Amino acid sequence: MTRLEDTAARVLELVAAANRSADAAVTVSRESLALTRFAESFIHQNVADESDRVVLQVHVDGRTASAATNRTSPEALSALVSSCLTAAAQSSVDTRWAGLTPPMGVHSSGNWDESTAVAAPDARATAVRSFVDAAAGLSCAGYCQTMSVEAAFANSAGQAATGRSTQASMDAIARTGRSDGAARTAAIAVSDVDGAALGAAAAAKARAGEVQVDLEPGRYEVVLEPGAVSDLVAGLLWQGMNGKAVAEDRSFVKVGEQQFDPAVSLWDDSTDGRATGLPFDAEGTPKRRLDLVTDGVTTGIPHDRRTAAACGTETTGHAVEGGERWGALPADVRLGPGSVCDSVAETTEDLVLDVERGLLVSDFWYTRALDPKTLVYTGLTRNGVWLIEDGRLGAAVSTLRFTQSYVDALQPGAVLGVSRSTESSPRAIAPAAGGLSSLVVPSLRLASWNITGGAAG
Amino acid sequence: MFDAATRAVEAAIGAGARYADARVMHSRYESMTAQNGDVEDLSQRDTVGVGVRALVGSSWGFFAVPDLDAAAVRRAGERATEIARASALVPGADIDLVGTDVRQDSWASACQEDPLSLSLSDKGDLLVGVTATMRAAGVPLASALYQIWDTEKWFVSSEGHRIDQRIRECGAGMHCMTYGEGSTQRRSYPSFRGQYGTAGWELVRSIDLPAHAERIAAEAIELLTAPVCPAGSTDLILGGEQMSLQIHESVGHAVELDRILGWEAGYAGTSWLDLSKLGTLRYGSDLMTVTADPTLPGALGSFGYDDEGTPAAANDIVRDGMWVGVLAGRDSASMAGLDYAGAVRADGYARIPMVRMTNVGLLPGPDSLESMISATDDGIFMEHNRSWSIDDKRRNFQFGCEIGWEVKNGTRGRLLRNPTYTGIGPDFWASMDMLAGEPERRFWGTPNCGKGQPGQTGHTGHPAMPARFRGVRVGVRG
Repeated sequence: MTRLEDTAARVLELVAAANRSADAAVTVSRESLALTRFAESFIHQNVADESDRVVLQVHVDGRTASAATNRTSPEALSALVSSCLTAAAQSSVDTRWAGLTPPMGVHSSGNWDESTAVAAPDARATAVRSFVDAAAGLSCAGYCQTMSVEAAFANSAGQAATGRSTQASMDAIARTGRSDGAARTAAIAVSDVDGAALGAAAAAKARAGEVQVDLEPGRYEVVLEPGAVSDLVAGLLWQGMNGKAVAEDRSFVKVGEQQFDPAVSLWDDSTDGRATGLPFDAEGTPKRRLDLVTDGVTTGIPHDRRTAAACGTETTGHAVEGGERWGALPADVRLGPGSVCDSVAETTEDLVLDVERGLLVSDFWYTRALDPKTLVYTGLTRNGVWLIEDGRLGAAVSTLRFTQSYVDALQPGAVLGVSRSTESSPRAIAPAAGGLSSLVVPSLRLASWNITGGAAG
Repeated sequence: MFDAATRAVEAAIGAGARYADARVMHSRYESMTAQNGDVEDLSQRDTVGVGVRALVGSSWGFFAVPDLDAAAVRRAGERATEIARASALVPGADIDLVGTDVRQDSWASACQEDPLSLSLSDKGDLLVGVTATMRAAGVPLASALYQIWDTEKWFVSSEGHRIDQRIRECGAGMHCMTYGEGSTQRRSYPSFRGQYGTAGWELVRSIDLPAHAERIAAEAIELLTAPVCPAGSTDLILGGEQMSLQIHESVGHAVELDRILGWEAGYAGTSWLDLSKLGTLRYGSDLMTVTADPTLPGALGSFGYDDEGTPAAANDIVRDGMWVGVLAGRDSASMAGLDYAGAVRADGYARIPMVRMTNVGLLPGPDSLESMISATDDGIFMEHNRSWSIDDKRRNFQFGCEIGWEVKNGTRGRLLRNPTYTGIGPDFWASMDMLAGEPERRFWGTPNCGKGQPGQTGHTGHPAMPARFRGVRVGVRG
């Protein structure tokens, strides 16, 4: 038994000793995070931390409470159990309690790279050096990060699970003074973070965006690069593809309906080789693939035990810490071409070739939903926009503001192309972060995007 | 606790740092949410640890651990210096620190009614009660929330600082939602995410949630059939709560010196402000005087000392419309040639301190909300934020509010739904021609300001009151 499993078992014993009728579930994790941050082409903040985390939930006499600590001494664990039981006793009756996860196997241990888990600051600094050198004189800013999480889950119903994962990532910009270009990646292993390739890519984009023109508001065909597509997908997930939002009737989701273009499918799979999430959720339910959208038809909703009970279905293994408040969220999400998609291109550049007049957008920034059901978002472009005319990139465009429904942007007939090339964007992997731990998306060519303003307002 | 921090600092200096500091922190947090008459979630968190910051050359090294035994904290100090030293592979100019009073002191925020000592059932009854009231008034979804933070810090530096602080903060809020054909409506009280301060439970009692539950439910229902906010250019009156967010986003973040220096360019962004224009740039109209004041009793951005040991002190940010100040830390101030710091905080022991807003807000003007409405022939009054978006230089913004009212011929008229407005920061602030006075000033608290990598959540305060702006673009829709 590992130290984490042993700690989880001790917490359950303490709960049982205090109240034999209490239901209890505990997650014990060991997390490390190291991030080397640079700006103006020098490292200015270089940080690391290592911590334990014990999260306990008890349900006793119909009442529920949760408590967490970062200490694992016998005294600290006793205090955790005592305060959690006391809180539950003073709480009101929990009418939405859906019971503990029964014993069931977990078939994956997670994706782990030892060299990433123990990466020294020199490894991150070397990647930063490579990025800066490849940018060849441009001012650079961003970070290189390595992190790992090991976790053990146990509950008083007999379910137990362990898993671990690592993630290495780099996300940075090169700056000319008039324009920025971005490049990013996330992987299981730090050896897959190529600072030189990212620096060269960011610098090329920055230089291509130096001379900018203003653009009139209006509807434009767009090619969204993976950075912008990641924001679009995250907006759909957070606001709508969440069992709690569906249970409360504040989601746009209608299962079984063709809500999106047949050219796209969306799924969550914490068992694939690029996943950085743990192989079980916050309730100890094993993760498995969940198809969210298949050929444009909404097919699945992430559920935890509570939201599943509210909707009369089964949990899909998407409980997150604090899920009573936030709901059930997908963890390792991928967007790709649907099986009937006849407009797959190899690269972003190939998507651009088919555009008569439109825009190429690198990233979206500061996007916020105006309405959770229509999913109308406002936000801005960042790190580069270019005009496309007759299949060729033209002038760079200054920052644009948009006000656009994310659902309408992907509606049937709206997706004109999907790239085969994809990008994995950096996400948090610690259990306390909840939600997305990896997001892999292609570039998309969309028929219409509503630009409502420019840099001048 | 001071011993642990001292050992960590000594170890960092012994390993070669030319400056080091350490914060031991014990943080307790409690939060409860209720929905439709039931408690939805009750969470408590208790963390202890030490974060050590070591300066070598052009970089900070930082390492944090939860263990406070002597060997662990010494190792943490050494690791901080090792990490800083690794930065030499990508060096810049050496960072210096602007001078500060080196103090040995103790400070605590005022707290009349300890929020963590109150019974959970009493606190829960409040949330359950107001959500039941809203639900009974006909809304499909009613939610309420309280949050409590009790933070003790012990700060030691290699310059001789030895400061302990206890800061207690809490607050609460509620909202409800209604669903119509193709849209949802939301009403909140007293703010879209609640009202928070460095205070005890007396703050929650003072906002009197039960007195407003039925009203906001009725407004959420009425909004479903209200006309949509028209599109165009008009005179705009903003309520105090929305003004607090306007200040936060388009002034507070813009005057953070780390952003101005480019240190946040990779994520949070930079600023439209150019340091060479400090003291000569017009930020807004003559009515606009903004201060950063961490000494305001009860405001959420208040403290005795920041996380570099700099004593709390008020600074002018904008005076009579002219840009005159920034929010700075000891390193960024030195880099910029300024002689003040005092705005550096971290959201826990495990995160490096960085420039954060304190209490950034407006000084009161000569007017009132009533006089603004009376003086407006054709305009819109908007209140309570619903969405916010601003560019990475903090100029181009678009905000949505929960509720609007038509203002015609000096009278507040019919409700308007989905009100939004957009603009460019300096142009917008230059158009402010009326500003309410002291009776309508509130210290609004923002408990969820995100910044930094790894991400940190800051607590900021914003003294604000209603104001009027001329010729603003409203009614932007998708």
